[in-house]
Amino acid sequence: MIKLSPSELQEIAGRVRRDVINMIYKAQTGHPGGSLSATEILVALYFGIMDKGDHFFLSNGHVCPALYSVLAESGHFPKSELSGYATLGSELQGHPERTRLKGIENTSGPLGLGLAQAAGYAVWKKDSFIYCMTSDAEHDEGNHWEAVNFAAKYKLSNLIQFVDRNRVQIEGTVEEIMPLGNLREKYLASDWNVLEIDGHDFSEIFRIVEEAKSLKTAPSVIIANTTFGKGVSFMENNPDWHAKAPNKEEYQKAMEELK
Amino acid sequence: MKSIRDGFGEALEELGKRNKDVVVLTADLADSTRVKGFADKFPDRFFQVGVAEQALVTVAAGMAEAGKIPFTTSYAVFSPGRTWEQIKVTASLNNVPVKIVGAHAGFGASMYGATHESLEDIALMRVIPNMVVVSPCDYEEARKATMAIAENGKPSYLRLARQESPIITKFGDKFEIGKANILHEGRNPQVAIIGTGPILAEALEAAKELKESEIEVVVINLHTIKPIDEQALIHYAKITGGVVTVEEHQINGGMGSAVAEVLARNFPVPIEFIGVHDSFGESALNPDELWKKFGLKKENIIEAVKKVILRKNS
Repeated sequence: MIKLSPSELQEIAGRVRRDVINMIYKAQTGHPGGSLSATEILVALYFGIMDKGDHFFLSNGHVCPALYSVLAESGHFPKSELSGYATLGSELQGHPERTRLKGIENTSGPLGLGLAQAAGYAVWKKDSFIYCMTSDAEHDEGNHWEAVNFAAKYKLSNLIQFVDRNRVQIEGTVEEIMPLGNLREKYLASDWNVLEIDGHDFSEIFRIVEEAKSLKTAPSVIIANTTFGKGVSFMENNPDWHAKAPNKEEYQKAMEELK
Repeated sequence: MKSIRDGFGEALEELGKRNKDVVVLTADLADSTRVKGFADKFPDRFFQVGVAEQALVTVAAGMAEAGKIPFTTSYAVFSPGRTWEQIKVTASLNNVPVKIVGAHAGFGASMYGATHESLEDIALMRVIPNMVVVSPCDYEEARKATMAIAENGKPSYLRLARQESPIITKFGDKFEIGKANILHEGRNPQVAIIGTGPILAEALEAAKELKESEIEVVVINLHTIKPIDEQALIHYAKITGGVVTVEEHQINGGMGSAVAEVLARNFPVPIEFIGVHDSFGESALNPDELWKKFGLKKENIIEAVKKVILRKNS
């Protein structure tokens, strides 16, 4: 397992955020808001949390620019490939595909399907930890809650779910589009261990994962409170930036802020 | 150039004024499926269900039983993609007039890649009893198709492309569900090109070029895939003796398959199929890049027409 200092991790997160904006600007397509909110969790997973044999399932596949950058940073493929994102013939598709790109464990994009795949995998990999990232908005999907029940029934204590709780979805805030009620209580009532952190704080992420790993009787969900569009002032908490590419001026401003 | 989805959205607003039973439900995609205009004008008849496609169509089925005419919108990959069994049972087997509107169909979501490209929806919908399947070819036809399915009293699927595309039908052209339209008819045509959706613009370009090399064709707009216009298909198969089908969809089970089923039973002729041959799509800047890659362009249609002529004469 790689052990990096907090400042080293922050440097990686900074590079990932700049990669995200570069990729989306160049391709003129992609999802900046969620990619920027998920950054620290993805960096932590690939730079410290995951051991050999552990697996990561990304459910909210639209944040793949951040995952692609983290995979490149962690040596899965050359960083030069990031510039092909979402163009014809590239292995870095607009949404990630398992059969195209080394390091991608599950094809995703359509929401609500990742936790179930992670749970199915976790049943047969009890000697390792299976991580899954979901978005808060994909809790709208019925398929997700079917997997919540399954994981609890089979006591998949090796399954650890991060919910990127950025509170924004395509057409507005989660509260406006489809309120989720008390997510913590819903998971507790479904017999999950429930933990909650600031999803941008590396020390909290590492601490809470250690706690989740020690809980032996049920799957764990880590509700990671994050800021949609984190690091770019005009994107933060603004649903317009769910699936929008910056123009030249916006790009320059974003890169200036992410220096 | 105008987009098919805009034709749908504008017609829906018009319907909202005319018919108070028309209601609209969407799964977090009001803007890109072009129902925002309706939502703003008729907030009491608009329902945002969140990213919950299964609820989208099943809630709509309940509303239809209550006497409403619900239009449900999402991307075609999600609905009817994710919602197939719900549609089969709660819309079609119940036989209530739920309208399934599948946006960004074909390669419409080209930049998002295979997960978001819908190349299977015609097959999924045409196999269900009671279901009407309509695939308009341009903005004008989308307007008329939307009006028509609002009034047909049946579960219906409306397939919408995302991108702006040429306007190839006229405001005054007649549109009737189940009746194919002739877009171009050469003198003594040797081949019938039968297509659906905005890709018909490529078929018309092909017809123009073929004419220059003295090959005459007829171009048929099969906007309704179900119920299919058997009469027109058989008539033109008899006149031409050869068919090329053109669609932005899998060859397996799509519009071309529906045409072949009719002709195999009634008047078999050589057929060539333009469409996607059993492969997934991928990311690209725009649908045109993918039409090129998967062989859906004018050049491919011309080649297929020539092949059919050879097969007729062999």
